[in-house]
Amino acid sequence: MLAIYKRELRGYFVGVIGYVFLVIYLAMAGILFSYTTMFSMSANVTSYFTLMLIFSAIVLPLLTMKSFSEERKTKTEQLILTAPISLPAMVFGKFLASYTVFGSATLLTSLYFLFLVPYAKLQFAILFGNLVALMLVGMVFISIGLFVSALTENQLSAAIGTIAIILGFLGIGLINTLIPTKYAIRFVFSALSIFTRFQSYVNGYFEIASVIYYLSVSAIFLWLTIRVYDRRRFG
Amino acid sequence: MIKVTNLVKRYGTNYALNDISFEVGEGEIVGLLGPNGAGKSTAMNILTGYLSSTSGEVYINGVNILEDPIAAKKNIGFLPEQPPLYPEMTVTEYLNFVYELKSCELDRAAHLDEIMSVTKLTEVKDRLIRNLSKGNKQRVGIAQALIGDPKVVIFDEPTVGLDPKQIIAVRNLLRTLAKRHTVVLSTHILAEVQAVCERVIIINKGKIIADERTEDIVKTIEDGYRYRVKICGPAREVEASLRRISGVKAVEATGDRDLDSYAYIIESDKNVDIRKSVFNFCVSNGWPMIGMEPHGTDLETIFIRLVDRSDGVVETKKRRK
Repeated sequence: MLAIYKRELRGYFVGVIGYVFLVIYLAMAGILFSYTTMFSMSANVTSYFTLMLIFSAIVLPLLTMKSFSEERKTKTEQLILTAPISLPAMVFGKFLASYTVFGSATLLTSLYFLFLVPYAKLQFAILFGNLVALMLVGMVFISIGLFVSALTENQLSAAIGTIAIILGFLGIGLINTLIPTKYAIRFVFSALSIFTRFQSYVNGYFEIASVIYYLSVSAIFLWLTIRVYDRRRFG
Repeated sequence: MIKVTNLVKRYGTNYALNDISFEVGEGEIVGLLGPNGAGKSTAMNILTGYLSSTSGEVYINGVNILEDPIAAKKNIGFLPEQPPLYPEMTVTEYLNFVYELKSCELDRAAHLDEIMSVTKLTEVKDRLIRNLSKGNKQRVGIAQALIGDPKVVIFDEPTVGLDPKQIIAVRNLLRTLAKRHTVVLSTHILAEVQAVCERVIIINKGKIIADERTEDIVKTIEDGYRYRVKICGPAREVEASLRRISGVKAVEATGDRDLDSYAYIIESDKNVDIRKSVFNFCVSNGWPMIGMEPHGTDLETIFIRLVDRSDGVVETKKRRK
């Protein structure tokens, strides 16, 4: 697993994708942070984290779109799949590499909050809770991205497919606006919605149930990725 | 070292492999030969654990590849048809990656140096793989298969796309490897099997149609001997007279004319050597013979005949159904 992790991580920065992701992510986070806090004369980070959630949904597929599709297209997957390593080790190695890049970028953006220190009293618990939530959601997005990347050898299809599924998970709570309040199904849509769950953190509530939800969805998509490879062997 | 029993791979209603069984002993170098689409690559992909079979079993060094894939794969080095290379890596970086991927426990520096020396990559070890020639890329592919010193190395079409000089170099390398490893290689180039392999397994339409020592396959398959002779003399008369020689089964005038000689294909029974009789026949008739050579006993002809024969069997079975 370590070999896959190291190669994957190195692959991001030997090519341009790692740098492109970091530049776009840090720049956009800076712009969103400036507009939602400093330019608005506010220390409230609610809007910032909500926008970062949506932005991550669009930019994270950059990290995952090549993960499996490129290996499949160039046939390098034959090397990995015939090496004495397990499928979970392969998938988890790639997941960790993508997550390292995303996690490092997100931690770097937390330095932006230092700019607010001279002007306002920061609520570090809320900031920390939101950062943890964003990191957890990133885990889900990356898992979805890896799963879709394993389904195709076309990077663009992988990116578009990932964004579509993520937007589905984000927007599923919106269906509730069309359903009368008396129906219990609203609870299901609400529980499945990444956006609805994320709002709890934004509003200052740290929900353990949501942590379990994010970890579970992530685990399910990683498991599905393993299953894709397992199924393909049986052709 | 390799044991394959009743291997079947089915895609829907099509059989890529249909009940294939064979064994390869330690130190053997075996060629898997067949036309494109015969099932060679499928067989190799199953042997290496890349694909799963529909039914049947594969044992590598006594380990069932489905029951304990990781232990079985430790004994295998595999070069797929397209070498699995990362172009953005240097040769050294790539081989180090494979070393780690295979959790190799040999001394890293010494092992990689030895492999680069055997595969003649030392001079290009610091170059990016994307900048290497096709021949050197193939060598890198072979080098990665050798990492971990696996007991079995499997090469799928190892010389495809190489120029003649590179082909000779790779074949020499394969022969060298056979001293330390059990080698299985697939190819549709017959000369390759003749040049490199001790044994040949011929596959067509997912079935084994021959499994023989390379040198024995001609004797086993042929039901007689064929010679191409060139005789100076009146063509019709010579042809008719040749038929009367004892042991001659058939004579065919090819129509080829070289100065005043004509060429004939003479076929004899399997247990009769007609060469002396033909020579004496020419002398007694005063028709100088200016050439005699075996005809249709090269592997290429045998192979085509075998494939045609197996196709005929399949067609006949279909018609019966």
